[in-house]
Amino acid sequence: MSISPDANKPASDQALFDVERIRRDFPLLTATVHGRPLVYFDNAATSQKPSVVIEAERHYYQTENANVHRGVHALSERATAEYEEVRRLVARFLNAESEREIIFVRGATEAINLVASSFGRMAVKAGDEILVTAMEHHSNIVPWQLLCGEKGATLRVVPMNDAGEVLLDEYERLLTPKTRLVALAHVSNALGTVNPVRRMIEAAHRSGIPVLLDGAQAVPHLRVDVRELDCDFYVLSSHKLFGPTGVGVLYGRERLLDAMPPYQGGGDMIRSVTFEKTTFNELPYKFEAGTPNIAGTIAFGEAIRYVSALPWPAVMAHEDALLREATIALGTINGTRIIGTAAEKVGVLSFLMDGIHPHDIGTILDQYGVAVRTGHHCAQPVMDRYGIPATARASFAFYNTREEISVFADALKRVKEVFG
Amino acid sequence: MADLQALYQEIILDHNKNPRNFRVLPDADRVVDAYNPLCGDHYTLYVRLDGDRIADVTFQGSGCAISKASASVMSTVLKGKSIADAQKIFEVFHQLVRGEFKGERDLEHLGKIAAFAGVSEFPTRVKCAILAWHAVRGAVSANEQTVTTE
Ligand SMILES: Cc1ncc(COP(=O)(O)O)c(C=O)c1O
Repeated sequence: MSISPDANKPASDQALFDVERIRRDFPLLTATVHGRPLVYFDNAATSQKPSVVIEAERHYYQTENANVHRGVHALSERATAEYEEVRRLVARFLNAESEREIIFVRGATEAINLVASSFGRMAVKAGDEILVTAMEHHSNIVPWQLLCGEKGATLRVVPMNDAGEVLLDEYERLLTPKTRLVALAHVSNALGTVNPVRRMIEAAHRSGIPVLLDGAQAVPHLRVDVRELDCDFYVLSSHKLFGPTGVGVLYGRERLLDAMPPYQGGGDMIRSVTFEKTTFNELPYKFEAGTPNIAGTIAFGEAIRYVSALPWPAVMAHEDALLREATIALGTINGTRIIGTAAEKVGVLSFLMDGIHPHDIGTILDQYGVAVRTGHHCAQPVMDRYGIPATARASFAFYNTREEISVFADALKRVKEVFG
Repeated sequence: MADLQALYQEIILDHNKNPRNFRVLPDADRVVDAYNPLCGDHYTLYVRLDGDRIADVTFQGSGCAISKASASVMSTVLKGKSIADAQKIFEVFHQLVRGEFKGERDLEHLGKIAAFAGVSEFPTRVKCAILAWHAVRGAVSANEQTVTTE
C-alpha cells in the first residue's frame, strides 16, 4: 500500500465486507480484558480462530477419532479421507500442481528445518553459500546457520534500506555460482514489508538457484499462487492463518522433493522395512514420519475453507484502510516513530515512542484491552539493523476495525500521560 | 486506572527518568551483565567492595522503566550495606515483587523498595524488576559458596 491521507475511501468496499458480521465468527473477539473489550492487535504472533475451526477439532475427537493411513476400519478410513482432503484443499489454496507437493509439518519453523536438513544434505557442501535477507525471522536464519556450520558453508545476508526494503542490486550481486539456495520472507513479521519476490525468484532462477519463501506472514494477508510466483519451496503456519497451532505446510516443487532424502524416519514414511534395508514411501508421505496432528489438520482445512470464501479484494482494501488509519493516528502522536515504512507493506505497524520502552507501552496498552507484541519479534538482526533493542508492534487482521484503531490511539495517548 | 498507578509509582517514574548512579565505576571489584533476551533489557552493573561491605554500586545500559528504576533504586539502597544485610534486602525485594512478602502490612519501613510492590500484580513484569538485583546478588555472592536459585 502507499500511505496517503485518503482514509475515507472504501465506502464501497464496506458494502462487500461487513466486518461486524465477520467478527461474530470469532468467539474470542468478544472477550474483555481488564474490564475492557479486547482489541486484538497481535495477529502476527497468532490469529484468532473462527467457530468452524474450533468446532471441527471438537467434532473430530467426538465422532471420528482414529489414526490415519493404517486401518481398514471405518473410522480410520474416514479420518484418512478427511486428512487427505485437506491436502487437496491446501494444494488448491496455493495453486500447487499436485497434492504430492504438500507436506504437513508442525509449522513454518519445522518446514524450514525440513528443507535445511533434507535439501541441505543433498545439495550443500563446503564452500557453498545460502542467501537470506536482513529481515528474516529467527526460524529462517538459525536452521541455515546450523546447516552451514555442519557443512562448512557460508550464510550470506542481503542488506536492506532504512525503509525496510531489500536492496535488489546487492541481492543480484550476492547471487553467485556458490549460492545453493535463497531463503527469504515473503512478508516480514517485524516490518510488514512485502518483498518483491517475483523479481527475486526470477533473478535466482536465471542462475539456476532454487528459492524458498517463508510465507508465514504472507498468507493471512495476500492470495498466494506458488506457480505464478514460481517459487521452489513455500512454508506457512496454520495458526497464523486462523487455524489451530501445531500444523504447518511445506510446499515443494515435486522434482526437488523427489530428489531429496527423507527428513525424519518412522512409520508412514516407509514402503518396506527390514533390518538390512528400508525403502521409502512416495511423496508426500516420504516426509511425514509418525502420526501427524490429525485433528489440527482437519480443523486447518476449515480455516482454509473459511479464508477462501472471503471476498478478497474487499478484505485487502479493508486491511489497507486499517494500516493507513493506524499509520496516520500514530503520526499525530508526538515522539512516535514507525520502524518499517516500505512502499509495499501489509498491516504490521512496528513503532517506538520517545523515551518510553516498548515493554512499558505494551503493559499500559494491555490495561486498556489492547494486545500488542513488544520485543524483538524473533528478528534480532532487524533490531540491530535499526540500532534498537525492541519495538512495540500492532498487527492487524481482516476482523479488526477502525474503532479499534481509535481505542489503540487513545491508549497510546495515555501511555504518554503516564510517562509525562 | 488504579493498577497502572500501582505499577508506575512516582518513585519509579522518577528513577526511570533520572537514574541514580548511572555511570561506569572504574575501580569496581565486580562487573556483571544483566540481560533479558526476551525484551532486550541489558545492563552492566558495577560493584566496589570494601571488605564485607558494598562500598558502591553503579550501572549502565538500557531497558524498560521497571528494570531501569529497579536498578537505580537498588544502587541507592545497597550502597554502604554489609553483604549480609544486602542478602536480606534481596530476599525482601524478591518476595515483594512476587507478592509473597509476609512482613507487616505497612511497607513504609522498607523505604523506596516498597514502590515495587505493585509489580506483583503484573506477572510479566516481575522479571524486569528483579533483573539487576539478581545480577548483583550473584556478583557479591561469587566468593561465597552460596547458590542463588530463581
Ligand atoms: C516470518 C515468520 N516466519 C516463520 C515464523 C515461525 O512460525 P512458527 O512459529 O509458527 O513455526 C514466524 C512466526 O512468528 C514468522 O513470523
